[in-house]
Amino acid sequence: MNSTQSRLGSLSLVLWLAACQPATSTDSINGLVYCAEGSPETFNPQLVTSGTTIDAISQHLYDRLLDIDPSSGALKPALAHSWQVSADGLSYRFKLRHDVQFHHTTYFSPTRALNAEDVTFTFNRMLLVDHPFFQTATEYPYFDSIEWRQRIQSVTALSSDEVEFRLNQPDSSFLSVLATDFAAILSAEYGQTLVQSNQKAHLDLLPIGTGPFMFREYQKDVLIRYYRHPAYWREHGSLEQLVIDIVPDNTKRLAKLLTQECDVAPIPRLAELQMLSNRADFRVDQQTSMNVGFWAFNTQKAPFNQVKVRQALSLAINKPNILQAVYFGQAEEATSVLPPNSWAYRKETSTDSFNPEKARQLLKEAGYPNGFNLDIWAMPVQRMYNPNAQKMAELIQADLRVIGVRARIVSYEWNTFRRKLGQGEHDSVLIGWSADNADPDNFLRPLLSCAAAVSGSNRANWCDEHFDQFIASALQTTDVPQRRSYYLAAQQYLQEQMPLVPIAHSKRFQVKNSRVQGVSINPYGGISFVHAGKTP
Amino acid sequence: MILRYLARRLFLLGFVFVALTIFVFSLNYLFPGDLVSNLTGLRDITPEQHQQLQHTLGLDQSLWQQYIEYNRRLLAGDWGLSFANQQSVLHEIGRVLPATLELASYALCLSLMVGIPLGLLAAVKKDSVLDKLISGLALIGYSMPVFWLALVCIMLFSLQLGWLPTSGRLGVLFEVPAQTGFVFIDILLTPAIDRSAAAYNALLHLALPTLILASYPTNVMIRFVRQSMLEVLEQNYIKTARAKGLSRAQVLYRHGLRNALLPVTRQVGLQFSTLITLAMLTEVIFSWPGIGQWLIDSIYQRNYPAIQAGLLVVSSLVICVNMLTEILHTLFNPLARKL
Repeated sequence: MNSTQSRLGSLSLVLWLAACQPATSTDSINGLVYCAEGSPETFNPQLVTSGTTIDAISQHLYDRLLDIDPSSGALKPALAHSWQVSADGLSYRFKLRHDVQFHHTTYFSPTRALNAEDVTFTFNRMLLVDHPFFQTATEYPYFDSIEWRQRIQSVTALSSDEVEFRLNQPDSSFLSVLATDFAAILSAEYGQTLVQSNQKAHLDLLPIGTGPFMFREYQKDVLIRYYRHPAYWREHGSLEQLVIDIVPDNTKRLAKLLTQECDVAPIPRLAELQMLSNRADFRVDQQTSMNVGFWAFNTQKAPFNQVKVRQALSLAINKPNILQAVYFGQAEEATSVLPPNSWAYRKETSTDSFNPEKARQLLKEAGYPNGFNLDIWAMPVQRMYNPNAQKMAELIQADLRVIGVRARIVSYEWNTFRRKLGQGEHDSVLIGWSADNADPDNFLRPLLSCAAAVSGSNRANWCDEHFDQFIASALQTTDVPQRRSYYLAAQQYLQEQMPLVPIAHSKRFQVKNSRVQGVSINPYGGISFVHAGKTP
Repeated sequence: MILRYLARRLFLLGFVFVALTIFVFSLNYLFPGDLVSNLTGLRDITPEQHQQLQHTLGLDQSLWQQYIEYNRRLLAGDWGLSFANQQSVLHEIGRVLPATLELASYALCLSLMVGIPLGLLAAVKKDSVLDKLISGLALIGYSMPVFWLALVCIMLFSLQLGWLPTSGRLGVLFEVPAQTGFVFIDILLTPAIDRSAAAYNALLHLALPTLILASYPTNVMIRFVRQSMLEVLEQNYIKTARAKGLSRAQVLYRHGLRNALLPVTRQVGLQFSTLITLAMLTEVIFSWPGIGQWLIDSIYQRNYPAIQAGLLVVSSLVICVNMLTEILHTLFNPLARKL
């Protein structure tokens, strides 16, 4: 019985002690825990497009030649302290910083600072078949999607601190590509060491970069551990350690936030957000992401080849209603394909976005006084830009009934769905787009150009030479006000033609413990902890 | 006499193992997918490799030969690779098993330390308020599903009060490399960290899972010990001892306790399989990186080599513990040897 009492006694002692401190009791360690939704696929951003992987690796381990200012979306110097564009827009020269050190880890000791060789090593990997690492990856999804090999003629080092990119044709979105999270700069010296020791695969598994944190360990589905990079070239927060704790379950992630086992976590569900935003010890950050959910009409088919029909359909749907029911208010109503935080965003001035009366009038003018039948294809998967296409389709179905249009909802398994879409079998489809960089071209060209109608990402099958003219002209110039005017004109034209109805730009949410400072959501990519710190 | 008994038991043990390995071996054929893949854990096997492997695995021979070959590989430590990460399954088990053993043994100790005294107390004070209270609580505890209890405790201790963490074995900011797999020993072996803070943190992580896992065996133990003690107290030799003038405490200690606790050793063995099953549930709820969670993940991932190996290890463990307690029970109780 004595043993019972002492056991119970010590147990209650533990509980009592625990009550005096937060559960984690890791205050002696100056570290921060970010709870992520999944494991990264690789440690090299060149090889992925998944947001989970980018969040877990990109901003921590690597730097880019240029950065995007999160507040203005403008480009700013990073590893390149200055750059020059030739008059014909075909050559870009970057001057590199001299004070940038690579990570010194248990598996690699750099002997030199960053130089032009590292930049050519990084970009030629995706360009030159005889590059020692070209074959080690099966694809470079982001760079393949922007046709990197077709766009770039060569990447050469002019001196130890100057690099030249030669383009095949002028492309004013080029700089934005270099500022994406995917364009991380690798170490050429590390690459050579790996070639010598015949461990090429390590380049993408045991990362060496110049970023604010360096790799320590990775346990699949458990955690990633980073330590501070002591020789980081930029102003640096106070964190000694950064742990990415992998917690795929939404509820568990929330629980870990509450018990302070996580300091920062992405939380996608509204009910939880409301609960957290009511508490003083948490802060909820939100940011409209660079994405758009839309309803595209197959403009090759009648009656969607008529502008008036498309206009009528767009006037028939009640967007605020959809925002409430599908996005739970966690999205912004879209009036253009471009989200409001894009520098080329055109603010829609007319308030006439929902008007069934006018819609019926337009249908009558187009020759359909009694309406018609149409199919709405609702994608079977959940995406940030459209969390529930099925429900959205039902709401639209109800709205259309008011103007006499009878809608049928169609869905297939995701791969079949995309294949059939690519073959243009649909009448209309609810789908969307997430941008990889801040450039407006990244929205307009893949979604609505004639080239995209051929390659299949133009879901409206819309090919219009005026529109193509606008976006091509915009790419020919580097003068930002002029580019903007082209894009504004392109958006104006879209508003008139209405090949697709933009519905919403969804928001991204992150919850952090209020002791955490210097972390904010970046609309253009992964999360960064470079300035992060924690008050005791 | 005792040697013959041991020999008989060991023979039985061997027989059980043969049956177990035959069962696990046959799973290779019963699982969907390619036989060579299931046996080795290799993926994307080229046709030439396939041919080669068929030969080295003895698949071109009779089933009996294949089984012998399978056992040879088991003994040689070649348990195949995990589909999930192409790591040796045996190595993976070495990583996760200590976590389960740690959790299960602490819970078992706790249940013995709490269950036996409370059971005795209830028996000695039979029909008193105390007895009714203990028996009542034990019945309630016995009837509560462990996953429900776990969730309620998480709600209370972690989310409401914020005292205890909800998952894992140690705060992730402590970098403690897994050397033995037992968290406290690993902490001792890691000089680079604040070891007392880490040990305290590990203790906090351990508290809830241990309590939850111990709840069921504790309540079984209370009820069992109470019953067993009551039976012993009815025996004539107890009455004789009392009549001879021994005090109540002396009778209890010298005659009652020993005889009442004898069946408990056996009960521990019987409870062990339940304990391991419950440990799996507890591990999943608390994200405890033990063999239970690993096995359940493997089932989700259709990771056949891992499922086989996990099954083999867990079953062997349960069989061995059962056998061990059986033997201990017999050693303490000569009457049982005749069985």
